[in-house]
Amino acid sequence: MPVSTSSSELIYQSLKSTGVRIMSALPETWLVHLIRFAEADPEMTLVRLAKEEEGVGISTGAHLSGVKSAMLMQNHGFLAAVNGIVSCAQLYRIPLLMIISLRGDFGEKDPWQTEGGLVTEELLRALRIPSARLEHPSHVKERIQKGMTLAYASNRPVALLLCRDLMWEEA
Amino acid sequence: MKRLDALRAIYPELEKSIVVTIMGAVAAELQSIGHRPNFFYLQHAMGLASSLGLGIALARPDARVIVIDGDGSVLMNLGGLSTLARYRPRNLIHVIFDNESLLSVGGFPTATSTGTDLAGVAAASGVPRTATVRDLDDFTREFNAAVAANDLATLVAKVDATGPAVFLTDLGLLENRFQFQRALREWPRPASA
Repeated sequence: MPVSTSSSELIYQSLKSTGVRIMSALPETWLVHLIRFAEADPEMTLVRLAKEEEGVGISTGAHLSGVKSAMLMQNHGFLAAVNGIVSCAQLYRIPLLMIISLRGDFGEKDPWQTEGGLVTEELLRALRIPSARLEHPSHVKERIQKGMTLAYASNRPVALLLCRDLMWEEA
Repeated sequence: MKRLDALRAIYPELEKSIVVTIMGAVAAELQSIGHRPNFFYLQHAMGLASSLGLGIALARPDARVIVIDGDGSVLMNLGGLSTLARYRPRNLIHVIFDNESLLSVGGFPTATSTGTDLAGVAAASGVPRTATVRDLDDFTREFNAAVAANDLATLVAKVDATGPAVFLTDLGLLENRFQFQRALREWPRPASA
């Protein structure tokens, strides 16, 4: 599977270095290594979700308890989580770090991913959620750290978009 | 059974626990009995109270967490029951007040009014302790048994579809949120092993 192991490792270690100790996730192809790293790490609590919106509740509970967390999801999972983001994380000013795989962008071969790709960044803007694209390994550590810093300073959600050039290595 | 009476019956345990409730009548009635800094009322985001409770229970396995949910909310996040059961936080008790209606928006009947059995859904999802109760004595007994059992439990309490005249209280949402976070920070931790 041509999902980049090295980029996944870099993302995982960057998240961990910001203090993340709970990750909630729903699997998708680009996230498989990240989820396996979380599963294998005794210092990380991985919460496998039935639906992404649950992750907003879990991260809210973790934050109110003093534990840093992150959500790992596909952009379609972000779409499925919008009410929770608005009426829990934003209403209650929760620093919610969302790691979103940006499917349906340039280079996408799966037809079913393309509509979600068209609306993801527009929707983030409409929700006033700051986001940064991670397109190259050189972006990863710094943008994750700065994203977490902004999430905690603003007490609001922040999104980091995992892009094809970072995550996918053509065979 | 009236929800207010059920809340009164378990209030002494709630005072000693980290409590997450849903919006509407539950939040207003619990506040009418007495707000505590360790009570958080999720005044929107229907369905996520149990997920929020799971997040707390995982972050603070040393503390008892009580989630007070409702049939309308649980029906919006049935998958959350399967996630709860999967991680089986032994420090979490999930109370569902089932009035078979969406009371705060006009009392429209929910699917529990036509036979959906939430304790059955919880049990089939893997929650180890479940019960449905219809009167105050049974509720109090089952709740106390769940506390004593130290295991994840879902307790469905069938209650009357009645509530307070108004749902708005003078506790601001963010006031509640920051007060609750501070209460959790100061919540006693066991002496480290």
